[in-house]
Amino acid sequence: MTEEIIIAGFGGQGVLSMGKILAYSGIMQDQEVSWMPSYGPEMRGGTANVTVILSSERISSPVINRFDTAIILNQQSMDKFEKMVKPGGVLLYDNNGITHPPTRKDINIYLVEAAKESALMGSTITFNMIVLGAYLQIKPIVNMENVIKGLKKSIPERHHKMLPLNEQAILRGHEIVKQIQETKSILV
Amino acid sequence: MENTITAQDIIRDGELVFKKTACLTDNVLSYCPGCGHGVAHRILMEVIDEMGIQSQTIGVSPVGCSVLAYDFMNIDMQGAAHGRAPAVATGIKRVFPNKFVFTYQGDGDLAAIGTAETIHACNRGENIVIIFINNGIYGMTGGQMAPTTLPNMKSSTTPYGRDVKMMGHPIKMTEIVATLPGTCFVTRQAVHTPAAVNRSKKAIRKAFENQKLNKGLSFIEIVSNCNSGWKMTPVKSNKWMEENMFPYYPLGDIKDL
Amino acid sequence: MRELRLMKGNEAIAEAAIRCGVDAYYGYPITPQSEIMEYLTMEEPHKRTGMVVLQAESEIASIHMVYGAAGCGKMTMTSSSSPGISLMAEAISYMAGAELPCLIINVQRGGPGLGTIQPGQADYFQATKGGGHGDYNLIVLAPSSVQEMADFVGLSFDLAFKYRNPVLMLSDGAIGQMMEKVYLPAQKERLTDEEIEKRYSDWATFGKKANRERNIITSLSLESEVQEKHNFKLQAKYAKISQDEVRFERIACDDAEYLLVGYGTSARICQKVIQLGREKGIKIGLLRPITLWPFPSEEISKLANQVKGILSVEMSAGQMVYDVKLAVEGKVKVMHFGRFGGMIPSPDEVLHALEEKLIHN
Repeated sequence: MTEEIIIAGFGGQGVLSMGKILAYSGIMQDQEVSWMPSYGPEMRGGTANVTVILSSERISSPVINRFDTAIILNQQSMDKFEKMVKPGGVLLYDNNGITHPPTRKDINIYLVEAAKESALMGSTITFNMIVLGAYLQIKPIVNMENVIKGLKKSIPERHHKMLPLNEQAILRGHEIVKQIQETKSILV
Repeated sequence: MENTITAQDIIRDGELVFKKTACLTDNVLSYCPGCGHGVAHRILMEVIDEMGIQSQTIGVSPVGCSVLAYDFMNIDMQGAAHGRAPAVATGIKRVFPNKFVFTYQGDGDLAAIGTAETIHACNRGENIVIIFINNGIYGMTGGQMAPTTLPNMKSSTTPYGRDVKMMGHPIKMTEIVATLPGTCFVTRQAVHTPAAVNRSKKAIRKAFENQKLNKGLSFIEIVSNCNSGWKMTPVKSNKWMEENMFPYYPLGDIKDL
Repeated sequence: MRELRLMKGNEAIAEAAIRCGVDAYYGYPITPQSEIMEYLTMEEPHKRTGMVVLQAESEIASIHMVYGAAGCGKMTMTSSSSPGISLMAEAISYMAGAELPCLIINVQRGGPGLGTIQPGQADYFQATKGGGHGDYNLIVLAPSSVQEMADFVGLSFDLAFKYRNPVLMLSDGAIGQMMEKVYLPAQKERLTDEEIEKRYSDWATFGKKANRERNIITSLSLESEVQEKHNFKLQAKYAKISQDEVRFERIACDDAEYLLVGYGTSARICQKVIQLGREKGIKIGLLRPITLWPFPSEEISKLANQVKGILSVEMSAGQMVYDVKLAVEGKVKVMHFGRFGGMIPSPDEVLHALEEKLIHN
């Protein structure tokens, strides 16, 4: 098993930390992992992205230009990464600020309105965890138990009181995708 | 040869008035006759001898006339790159905080190429001693202008005298480092008369005592002559120093905490 | 048991340094390696092991602080990125001349000049052919994973003290910034001052004892005959290192018809190229130099007898390719492919270049 993921959006959306939680979850599940951020001016606002690879084998290149999954959270990233999803791969996006939705027909596209959902949950900081939950429902490459462990590892201890809220957000992400999946199967 | 006179023939019991400290080697000094470096070396090594700290002292020599100071000082030493002695000394002192560390630098080394290293070692209050020999010229490379060369003073790169409009003014490093909170003892001395030598030696002693007490950085400038570079006899160069260097670089303690 | 963590390459270096019992780190911030000093200051290693961490006023000062502490027989290191390493060139030459053991880390970025803060591999010449003045060599290690960033800290110091020579770890921004699994070494005790004085009493400065001559750390000898003799001694040491310390990794080389040569991040990309190529029926192998100096010339020469062509893959305009060509001695075609100025080549690009330059040509 090898899963190559790009997570891309604005700085401040929790792109890098989402990738880190995913990588840590992979470690908890005895996977090989790599987490390769874009760094530099992006750190100070603007776009941010991170390539995360989880694999049962030694990871070759941490830098790749074709992805099994693209998680896209702004228009710039959509313009850049939609074309880099492997045929048959997954594109998951939040439509907040997206003016040109994805158009490819050879990939599986999921619209998850995470920004809206996080507002409904009363805390915008849950945004990236809703996205993560949605992704893990589509591709359950790590089980929930290990995600929680990964979450604990990557969040500083002083913020551990936020763990239940984060877990709740991940589950909300699960549900959103479950509904989409049910609708899709009905359509089929 | 039966008639050869040995040291023992000259130095008879009760007639010995001076003995070289064991902290100086037997190597013949490479400095020009009349130069102040030799005296400065001697009193520095005498202080180390008198304090009994030879086995705990690490010296750092510069680039300049005193580049080979380690040939004459009988202690463990490191030769630093030009101007970097305060950084080298910092590196040593930080890993050996209980040992005695000093640098011995000239004006080109300390006040030109090594200005940043000097200022920042002083500012951090490194527990070291800096001995700064200021003779207003680059001696080793053949008498070029130093940052401390006086206005209108001739050197091989200011053959018509230092034009301050073009070359700037001589820099007073000692006054500058005295403003930094990291320095505890900042003084300007000389070694051209027995009285001056005694005062310099006392200052050096105080500097090493400060280091023992972890008081911060002690900075001792010694205004000296360069009779070769100044193209004067030793006696004349000392007179010229008194008349011209001392008014610009007045002797005495600037800071003593 | 070795501890498992998810860490950035830069952080792995810092943690490994504490655990290897390093005595001192002197540094100056520069992207993309500032996490090394940030991690060290956050960890307060003076409380864990007594390790000294000091932010200097410049790269020049930090490397000369390394000179001072290394001259005391202490395990001393610094880190920087390309422009900062240029500033350190002076002291690196002095340390090679004075035969001081130390570790210098270059987390390379694209150049020349201020260049970019993105990864690069254009400091290969600087690392392996000099950088500073005079006839000298650094032992140059090229980590290609976060694990090797940690592992090579201890290895570097072993080599540095074995040969009394500075060791350079030539990494790049990608490996410095990426996170991977890393197994950390167990905590080693730092040597005590007494142990250091006993071990290095023949050269290190720690205060002249009555029972020995003074120790002097210097790279100066004004007499040409003496300086030449010193150079011969250095050259003999380099010859010994060249013979005994060559390190490399062969990946999929046994049946390879085409060979990639790449180090660091490029070697990681090349591993993906092997996979992509073999899916298309092109038998590609990779020779990954782990030591860039000494260079694995002999192994490359052997492989040149087997393959139809060799591609040197570097994030530079073509530097290591010269060493590959020297090793191959014209036996097969040697080409270069690189992206630079902060760009990282994609595996597809590399495969395409291999096909264009070596197969269809």
